[in-house]
Amino acid sequence: MTSTMTPESNRTGTNGRLPDEPKVAPVSTEPGTRAEPVREGPPALLIEHATKRFIVGKKRRPVVAISDVSLRIERGAIHGVLGANGSGKSTLIRLISGLLTLDEGRVEVFGHDIVREEMAVKRLINRVSVDAAFFKKLSPSENLSFAARLYGMDAKAAAQRAVEILARLGIGQKRMGRPIEQMSRGMQQKVAIARALLTSPILLLLDEPTTGLDPRSKLDVQIFIEEVRTEHNATIVLTTHDLVEAERLCGRISILNDGRMVAEATPAGLMAMVARDHGQPETLEAVFMTYTGRSLDDDLEETGVTDDDD
Amino acid sequence: MTSATRELRASYAFIERNFNLTKRYWGWEVAWLVYSIAGALSVTLIGLDQGNRRLIFSLMIGAIFWNYLSVVFSFIAETIEWERWEGTLEYTMMAPVRRFTQLLGSTVYALVYGLIHTGVILVVLVLFFGLDLSHANLATAGLFMAVGSVSFVGIGMMAAILPLLYVERGAQMTFVLQSVLLLISGVYYSTDVLPGWMQLLSKLSPATYILDGVRKGLIDGEPITALLGDVWPLIGMGIFFIPAGIWAFGRAERYAKRTGKLKRVG
Ligand SMILES: Nc1ncnc2c1ncn2[C@@H]1O[C@H](COP(=O)(O)OP(=O)(O)OP(=O)(O)O)[C@@H](O)[C@H]1O
Ligand SMILES: [Mg+2]
Repeated sequence: MTSTMTPESNRTGTNGRLPDEPKVAPVSTEPGTRAEPVREGPPALLIEHATKRFIVGKKRRPVVAISDVSLRIERGAIHGVLGANGSGKSTLIRLISGLLTLDEGRVEVFGHDIVREEMAVKRLINRVSVDAAFFKKLSPSENLSFAARLYGMDAKAAAQRAVEILARLGIGQKRMGRPIEQMSRGMQQKVAIARALLTSPILLLLDEPTTGLDPRSKLDVQIFIEEVRTEHNATIVLTTHDLVEAERLCGRISILNDGRMVAEATPAGLMAMVARDHGQPETLEAVFMTYTGRSLDDDLEETGVTDDDD
Repeated sequence: MTSATRELRASYAFIERNFNLTKRYWGWEVAWLVYSIAGALSVTLIGLDQGNRRLIFSLMIGAIFWNYLSVVFSFIAETIEWERWEGTLEYTMMAPVRRFTQLLGSTVYALVYGLIHTGVILVVLVLFFGLDLSHANLATAGLFMAVGSVSFVGIGMMAAILPLLYVERGAQMTFVLQSVLLLISGVYYSTDVLPGWMQLLSKLSPATYILDGVRKGLIDGEPITALLGDVWPLIGMGIFFIPAGIWAFGRAERYAKRTGKLKRVG
């Protein structure tokens, strides 16, 4: 089981903003303060009118998980996707990954259509999900060797790179030979991140990569994500429930509510927007509450309703 | 890197991974081997009890070759089930690997594993009962095995998709399919004793032809030229089942991606 519902404890970070930080116009199309995405050539990710429905239950009731979502992410950006449990974040990531087929719309990765040029796209992307899935009895090096070979990599070179990445994330080489089931969840998650980076994806899909990590590990991973962006020139899509993380890493943020894209701007832009239009405090938390259909007060009244078995 | 090298490497990924898994679950492997040996011995002892040399030989062949076929079948059939259970299925499906490559890797491992597993049983049975191969035509037996394996690989691929279609019951259905094959293929008895409708079904199972051919080769020493009538159906089934297996696999994958059946959590 995952701990997606655990509220992050360090949200106070959003209040610690410098008062004189420049405000960005609400619907600004400026790149974020940290990201400097490249605008020539096709975008890293282009989603046009994507829709995905699931048929659930005995009554075969359709659930619209993603509804007419369009999104354009430039190369080199870290793009955040926020939304409540069940809002469609993971479904969106799966659609881009080709793990789900689109009902309507289309998706392009670096100009390649994900349906028509499936293999080409698969070589460009990788994904880390909240659930670090491995062959539990196998060691990290065996699991990573499997992943590397699947991507046609040379196993020796891959092993070397895996050791480097894991060392960077604070996991020593000693650990590489023991069954992965003996590792803590956080450590497994780091191995999952290593697995994704091993194949040098230029579009990296991170679905709650830091959920369940302790504050230090979380920071390790966050710094590493930024490094991957700058050093490997990767474009990153990040879903998270940690608003401090989103603000820290993301150049732009999209907000999903019930499968619809309800807002998209830089973090500063979103915050300015809720302050101006809704008289809310200038925090990402206020942005989240405003756009996901709930105010802070509502949330206090109905505590414990966020549980939504994914 | 050419795409052929890449695909071969990817294929080897499955072989290496399965080998690593076998190594880690060695306790299970030993337990299963003991179970298989005990089963083969018990069945063959029926022949000894009846004091019938020919029956001993026939049961022995049934036990050994059925073991081989069912190992190959279940290894291939469980490729998806394992990954779903571990939760790695989505990662494997995301990789730039053709399904054919994936199935090729799983199949090669299954064949090698099946040969070794069955080889051990064969040695134990020979030590126990002795084996008179003076009349045997080994080439006949070998050819039936080789040609027959192809069809079993194809059926294994079709069975592998069941867990994609039926998340909960896929594995059980694989199990049922295997037991039905055992029933109708004349593993321990001649298919002549089956009721008419079952005999009809038995004609559709490649195992029927394999066992019949192997018995005729090993017990009666018949040359392959005398058994072409049994070889042709096997070749036909192989030509049908392999492409059909790959095709069905592709369809099942698309179905799973449309209905969201690949995922486990998150
Ligand atoms: N494979 C599936 N089969 C049926 N319904 C699904 C499937 N995957 C997602 N859904 C439904 O689609 C909706 C969106 O789910 P999704 O997992 O994308 O949400 P999420 O934003 O990732 O939530 P969380 O924050 O809890 O991870 C939910 O109503 C969910 O029940
Ligand atoms: Mg999710």
